[in-house]
Amino acid sequence: MSAPDIAALQPIQAARPWQRDLIGVAVILAAAIAGYFLFPDNLALLTRIIAIMLLVLSLDLVTGYCGVATLGHAALFGAGAYAAGIAAVTFGITEPLSMVAIGAIAGAVAGLVSGVVILRGHGLAQLVLSIAVIHLFHEAANKASTYTGGSDGLSGIAPDPVFGLFEFDLWGRTAYGFGIVLLVLVFVLLRILVRSPFGMLCRGIRQDPVRISAMGASVKASLIKMYVISGAVAGIGGALNAVSTQVVGLDSLSFTNSAEALVMLVLGGAGSLYGAFVGTIVFMWFEHVVSAANPFHWLTIVGALLIAVVLFAPKGLYGTAVTLSQRLTRSGP
Amino acid sequence: MQVFFSIGVDALAYGMVLFIISIGLSVTMGLMRVVNLAHGAFAMIGGYIASYAARDLGLGYGFAIILAVIGTIIIAIPLERFLYRRIYGAPELTQVLMTIGITFCVIGLANYVFGPTLKTIPLPAGLQGPVDLGFRTIAAHKLFAIACGVVVALGLWFLIERTSFGVKLRASVDNTAMAASLGVRTRIVYAASFALAVGLAAFGGVIGAELLPVEPYYALRYMVTFLVVVSVGGAGSIPGALIACLLLGAIDTTGRYLVPEYGEFFFYLAVIAIVWVFPRGLLGRAK
Amino acid sequence: MSAVFAVERLKKSFGGLEVTRDVSLSMAKGDRIALIGPNGAGKTTFVNLVTGHLQPNSGRVLMGGEDISRFNPMRRVRAGLVRSFQVTRLFSEMTPEEHIGLAILQREGRSGRMAGSFRAMPQVMREMRNILETLNLSALATVPVGEIAYGQQRLLEIALALALRPKVLLLDEPAAGVPHSDTFLIENALAQLPDDLAVLMIEHDMDLVFRFAKRVIVLAAGEIIFDGSPQAVTEDPRVREAYLGSYVHASSAA
Repeated sequence: MSAPDIAALQPIQAARPWQRDLIGVAVILAAAIAGYFLFPDNLALLTRIIAIMLLVLSLDLVTGYCGVATLGHAALFGAGAYAAGIAAVTFGITEPLSMVAIGAIAGAVAGLVSGVVILRGHGLAQLVLSIAVIHLFHEAANKASTYTGGSDGLSGIAPDPVFGLFEFDLWGRTAYGFGIVLLVLVFVLLRILVRSPFGMLCRGIRQDPVRISAMGASVKASLIKMYVISGAVAGIGGALNAVSTQVVGLDSLSFTNSAEALVMLVLGGAGSLYGAFVGTIVFMWFEHVVSAANPFHWLTIVGALLIAVVLFAPKGLYGTAVTLSQRLTRSGP
Repeated sequence: MQVFFSIGVDALAYGMVLFIISIGLSVTMGLMRVVNLAHGAFAMIGGYIASYAARDLGLGYGFAIILAVIGTIIIAIPLERFLYRRIYGAPELTQVLMTIGITFCVIGLANYVFGPTLKTIPLPAGLQGPVDLGFRTIAAHKLFAIACGVVVALGLWFLIERTSFGVKLRASVDNTAMAASLGVRTRIVYAASFALAVGLAAFGGVIGAELLPVEPYYALRYMVTFLVVVSVGGAGSIPGALIACLLLGAIDTTGRYLVPEYGEFFFYLAVIAIVWVFPRGLLGRAK
Repeated sequence: MSAVFAVERLKKSFGGLEVTRDVSLSMAKGDRIALIGPNGAGKTTFVNLVTGHLQPNSGRVLMGGEDISRFNPMRRVRAGLVRSFQVTRLFSEMTPEEHIGLAILQREGRSGRMAGSFRAMPQVMREMRNILETLNLSALATVPVGEIAYGQQRLLEIALALALRPKVLLLDEPAAGVPHSDTFLIENALAQLPDDLAVLMIEHDMDLVFRFAKRVIVLAAGEIIFDGSPQAVTEDPRVREAYLGSYVHASSAA
């Protein structure tokens, strides 16, 4: 292939990602509408799935794109949830968009704090720090019961109608629509982010941090920046959960929540926003069905699922599907 | 003074139990470079077996301990053979996922088989009640735990420094490829140290059942505690692990005595502080 | 003479062992210097001292007269001191295009931008294509690096360094791992380096050294024992002793 050929290919290369994003948005909207009509009685569950999706997307940014292994990511989600809840209950800020903004800011701050702590170590130390961070957040929320309600949870969150028009109804229709809009917005912004120079820099950090610093870029500063962004995304998810369920429980700041988010990400395929979507939907729907049938076995099944993914589909469901389809198209013509 | 003494004894007993359970993890991490989040699950399995043997079958305490150690090793062998061997040398995230998967499975199964309640391991008459040391009395089972910790530490020291297995083990920890080329059958060293690690975890799980009560979420609750011992002590270092255990035991026990209403807040804060100051561990070697 | 790069009386010891003793050298624009020395001469330590991955016990590192001894490795790169690696360090899932694009953006301080893409930046694309063209990598521009041959990865390693527009380039065994029959590829690439760039190459392959270098420095036991023309190096008695002496010693020990 000679140089002019490459030049001729270029416009196609540049156009293709945008088309894929439009298709992505269309698929999300189509799935959202389908969900609305297929499961009208399960809108609360669907909204919770959206909130958790935001957490898993956020985790994908640091784990999938930057290669940081963390078991403490729910700290960012929980910080957003509690901040939005406390803003409503204690300070009377019940306007939903403001609550989401407060959640995003709190998540970003939590992301900054846990990023600075977790990135201090490497390997095992990093993992230990991440677990210690989530436990620390959990204990702190438990102790600060005046604001958080402690182990009883924070209740009495009563958000205003969205734009003063759409009241949060009993069936969760408004919450669902609100969640879908947030999700699409975040998705579009994150697509721009992961394709940007900064996104490329972060992918480079995951593949070889030594090379990145030999190029004169700061690995740590970049990772902390990503942690802050990731925190904002998780915080939006937490705030959405607080707005839609109108309660915040200590379980949102739990180790289990962190670990499950990681399971969802890996199940779907880390390093791809679509993988985060697929993993969350499959996992949570599965959880819904299984724990209705036999709650005792849920943890056993999650464990078995994890082992199976590691052994048989290390790229996750989405990653494996992409590889398969590439193999098909390559051998096709 | 009384409080100070009580804290001291409790901290020492707790630290020694931590040491017995975690030292195996430290050795296998140093050797196989596997971040094994399921290590606490083996201690928990040991606790369950001993409880079943002593309480439900009415066997003696010593017999229950032996049964727990052997039973846990037997359970662990297929796990090592079919799951752990797949992740030696794999990226850390893979190891984390696999071993956390194993942990979840064990918790789910324990919950199903034994139910969510605490399981006690009845102590023999000799370990119940206090022992008079002349100037103070302390609970016999705590004294027993401390003694066990000392015996394990000395036994391991002897095994590693004075036996041919120890030589092979140290060589494999230092440089597996080199040891293999010198004729050490590293696979056997791996398997033997894995069994030793699991057996010690089970032993610690039984001995420490009074301090770390046996229940399904045991494996998750103390996961970070065991990991932090290795992280703080430095993987593969026995003195490092011993210091880390005593330090963490002291911090945790002091916190429980002095500020119980804060739960484990200060414990985790201390963990972060220690790892922050020593990201490579107290006695860990630079990579 | 205007030294673009200099080290002054660099010393480093580990425990009691002096690995670098009193090393001084200076480079001018356009220099092509080869640093050679027997195994254990302290070449790796010297590289790490220069790049800032190790701190010397005493001595200074200067760029264009400015003391950069206290700079961390990242700031040294930004000051124009760029290195390549003995074993290629590339991003296996990224394409040569992305490697070079990222390097150019990093050099221009735009690698932190969170929107847009270098593909939409015409002058970045132009420069990227030029660099890939110069090193004969155009055909592989969009292939993930993990899928291209090692020799070409070595070229990309050089391309990456060039994209950072260094003032001083430290090439750590640029032909390591490349089959002898293919070293001409590396040689051709090195011949394309900008004329005003000062290059310090650490290399074992003496053919490459003689063809590339205008000046040879020999490091042995942590000291510079020779600094002169490639023609004179083989005649120097101390060099002969350092190499052949260690050879004789090694063979008698074996």
